[in-house]
Amino acid sequence: MTIDFAIILIPFIMAALILLFNKQLRKKYLGWIVLIIPVSLFLILTTYIPRIANGETYTHTYEWIPAFNLNFTTYIDGLSLILSLLITGVGSLVILYSIFYLSMKESLHHFYCYLLLFMGAMLGVVFSDNLMVLYAFWELTSVSSFLLIAFWHHRKASRAGARKSMTITVSGGVSMLTGFLMLYVMSGTFSIREIIANVEKISEHSLFIPALILILLGAFTKSAQFPFHIWLPDAMEAPTPVSAYLHSATMVKAGIYLVARFTPVFGGEMVWFWTVTGVGLITLFWGSFNAVRQTDLKAILAFSTVSQLGLIMSLLGLGSVAVHLGYSADTVIYTQATFAALFHLINHSTFKGALFMMVGIVDHEIGTRDIRRLGGLMSIMPFTFTIAVIGSFSMAGLPPFNGFLSKEMFFAATVKILQLDVFSIESTGILIPLIAWVASILTFVYCIIIVNRTFLGKIKPDIQEKNPHEAPLGMLISPFILITLVIAIFFFPNLLGEYILKPAMASVYPTFPSAAEMTPHISAWHGFNIELLMTIGVIVLGIVLYRLLKYWKKIYRIFPQNWTLNAIYERVITTSENVSESITNRYMNGKLTHYFIYIYISFVVIVAGTFVALDAFSWNPRLDAPVETYELLLVFIMIFTAIGLVFAKSRITSVLLNGVLGYSVAFFFVIFRAPDLALTQLVVESVTTALFLICFKHLGALKPEPSSKRVKVSNGVISILVGATVTLIGLAVVNYEKFETISTYFENSYELAGGKNIVNTILGDFRAFDTMLEVVVLFIAGLGVYTLINLKAAKKEGADIENK
Amino acid sequence: MESLIMILVGILASVGTYLILSRNIIRVILGTAIYSHAVHLLILTMGGLKKGDVPILSQSEGPFTDALPQALILTAIVISFATTALLLVLAYRTYKTNGSDDFHELREMPDE
Amino acid sequence: MKINDVILRTVVKGVIFIILTLGVYLFFSGHNAPGGGFIGGLVLGSAIVLLYITYDLETVHKKMPFDFKKVAALGVLLATGTAVGSILFDAPFLSQTDGYFNIPILGEKHLTTVTIFEAGVALTVIGTLVTIILSIGEDE
Repeated sequence: MTIDFAIILIPFIMAALILLFNKQLRKKYLGWIVLIIPVSLFLILTTYIPRIANGETYTHTYEWIPAFNLNFTTYIDGLSLILSLLITGVGSLVILYSIFYLSMKESLHHFYCYLLLFMGAMLGVVFSDNLMVLYAFWELTSVSSFLLIAFWHHRKASRAGARKSMTITVSGGVSMLTGFLMLYVMSGTFSIREIIANVEKISEHSLFIPALILILLGAFTKSAQFPFHIWLPDAMEAPTPVSAYLHSATMVKAGIYLVARFTPVFGGEMVWFWTVTGVGLITLFWGSFNAVRQTDLKAILAFSTVSQLGLIMSLLGLGSVAVHLGYSADTVIYTQATFAALFHLINHSTFKGALFMMVGIVDHEIGTRDIRRLGGLMSIMPFTFTIAVIGSFSMAGLPPFNGFLSKEMFFAATVKILQLDVFSIESTGILIPLIAWVASILTFVYCIIIVNRTFLGKIKPDIQEKNPHEAPLGMLISPFILITLVIAIFFFPNLLGEYILKPAMASVYPTFPSAAEMTPHISAWHGFNIELLMTIGVIVLGIVLYRLLKYWKKIYRIFPQNWTLNAIYERVITTSENVSESITNRYMNGKLTHYFIYIYISFVVIVAGTFVALDAFSWNPRLDAPVETYELLLVFIMIFTAIGLVFAKSRITSVLLNGVLGYSVAFFFVIFRAPDLALTQLVVESVTTALFLICFKHLGALKPEPSSKRVKVSNGVISILVGATVTLIGLAVVNYEKFETISTYFENSYELAGGKNIVNTILGDFRAFDTMLEVVVLFIAGLGVYTLINLKAAKKEGADIENK
Repeated sequence: MESLIMILVGILASVGTYLILSRNIIRVILGTAIYSHAVHLLILTMGGLKKGDVPILSQSEGPFTDALPQALILTAIVISFATTALLLVLAYRTYKTNGSDDFHELREMPDE
Repeated sequence: MKINDVILRTVVKGVIFIILTLGVYLFFSGHNAPGGGFIGGLVLGSAIVLLYITYDLETVHKKMPFDFKKVAALGVLLATGTAVGSILFDAPFLSQTDGYFNIPILGEKHLTTVTIFEAGVALTVIGTLVTIILSIGEDE
């Protein structure tokens, strides 16, 4: 067990422990105990920083199912280290914050269990080198996100939001799985590193582009890219720490991670460049455009997250040009878009995390997040106000905060790309900086809205009555750490660049010889260039647009209400539910007999049909063993008993006839040299008969079948067809001579298994796995019987617990 | 002998099917019990009948009958006992809760 | 399930030991002769059920204070335990081993881990069988 496995496993183990020892743990301390995990993991991971910065990578393989190429390989390089530091670092802060945020009345153990589950899954995603393992962890993050969004599951909106996010991200995940399988078909390996190393061999394959698109679908749904972003605003029903953690800092970055990880594979393709850049830019614009009209603080932040994710995504798209061009002294400049993407990835987590925590504080202390009801909180909550100002200004791209640096680099990247003449950039390329610029103006507008509407102006009278006050210290620690980082990164960006970003650049561009060359020196001031002019334009136009907001806000009403993406999504879901329901109801009519008839008819048609179609009838009676008179007698007894069963009028008769059948079978076992079977059959048959008789005490009498004659005849015909088909198979299979028998192997039972009873050695040794599982099944059946009998119907509780 | 047993298996399967297609729970369970008899005989016959001695090394020098089908059937016998028990209890639980053991009548009952 | 039947009781008193002995014999002879975990378990289980039918629940329960659900669980644990146990000895999952041991008084005996596995099987069969019959019988 190496340390990398431990890092992934520890959160899962802790999650299990919480549930096991839930009763023993005091709720008061639960959060603090949980906090140990991410903090210590974070500290362990920081020890990797210098070694990773030296260009080392760490791989460990645990063979899981080697026959299927499924190995649990962990891979730590620069890229996965960034994400893992975010996961554990922000995770620690969020858990610290939620200790104060969540009331003791909540089911805290569930909350922390889900949170740890998520943490482990997310670490698994970024550390896995095997695509299948990555996929498994990927879906696990969706599941834990689902559980966390629905944490307040008594609220309808929570459940709806959880379901929506699950539907969208999981369908994306499935398409991603298909893409992974295509990659496997092409390359013959599930290892990402091996695929990257052999990329030239697969890039001409006809499945290459489909795989690219399918994997991107997975990344886009997870990272809330247009038009799949609609789940993210609804996911804001989750408790605010969850929103800060999953839905802004980590989980939604999984898609970004995936795109960055696969840039060396697909980056050379034009489809990749235009899809990633285009979708990113549209998302950037659409997110910021929609954020402006929201009135709920959390909704503003949700759309702003969507928009910022689009920004990072488009940067990764721009950066992929360098992969297409290949390494040369001129092309290194295009890698800077990717550098900016990774830089902004970190920056976004710091300021957005702080902003979410700020909103949580406002919600917690004031009781509302509606900006129409808020205002003037500056004097009451000066610390919270500071957090809001720094976070928003960083997001808006103002100095002296880290957002300014990455936003400048973003502008620079969009402008620089225009100089290229690949991918037909010259015709539509000008749109890239233009959209980026417009979206940034809108970003600026909603940042002012967050600060102004919440903290400036007058306090609304109804809030004044509640006597609001500043948040407790515990809730302020985490956001303050984050905004300290926001400022610190602005002043010392190159520390981050040198130690964290440089090795990550090496993972995104493995073919480029020097990571140092791709790591620019970040500086806040580089003269009056076009980026700075763009920023100044953003500020000026942003202020103007904010002032004129009430005049141009009308454009939001242009879109017809029933054609929004949400409405379309709802319609698709409702329609498909209705259609599938109507189809299902047509044949699933609740009558067991009918279901059986479907099964039998398909059985007869498929099996007997194949026999007829392939002319597969075969019958070798010459090899049959001779028939003795007493055997014939036994056969006739069984036939008469069986037919008698059909006409039996009372249940006792039926059961006894069944017993006769069972004992006759036992006789056959004796005749056919199977003493073990005969013994078992005798005992089981007696016990089964006894069981039937005991149960009859509780069951109704056997009534004559109320079915009509026509039904009986058709049932009879089906039965005879089924029986005939079974005989047909049996006759074809028996004495089949094409294959050697494998049974001679087991006749060495004494040498191989040390037993002389071959049947018993098969059960206990050769095929002990079957026996083991059978024992488990037997036990489960026994428990099932016990439970069914002792189950007392639960008292019906009030059906409506909606929004309690 | 093998062909004869196969015909017997077919008849048992027919009877089992007919019982399963009835509306009464007890008949359906009896049908499954008869199915298991049929299937046990089918599997045993597939290995060939009376082709050798009892598959115990100390009893003879061989040739032995095929032991693998016997091992499979031994497992199947015990499992079919467990499932029969479960089905029976399910049936009587249903009967107690709904007061009916007719599948068509149960269909009309509102879901709980 | 209170049946006051003198004949049954007298017969059962004599027969029960024969059945129990047969069950144990079948269980142990399984490796080299007909018998084994399933059959042994079934015979022992039905013997116990017979006891419950002949005498009332309380009497038998006083003499045999087992929770048969737990007996079955123990059986499953034994069966899966030997399976997992082989991993600890660096052998593949579910490997069985055997050997000859010289035991005082009994002389040289053939012992295998299959017996533990089979014991698990037998205990599960006994536990499940008795649980099923008792649950149904007890329910009113």
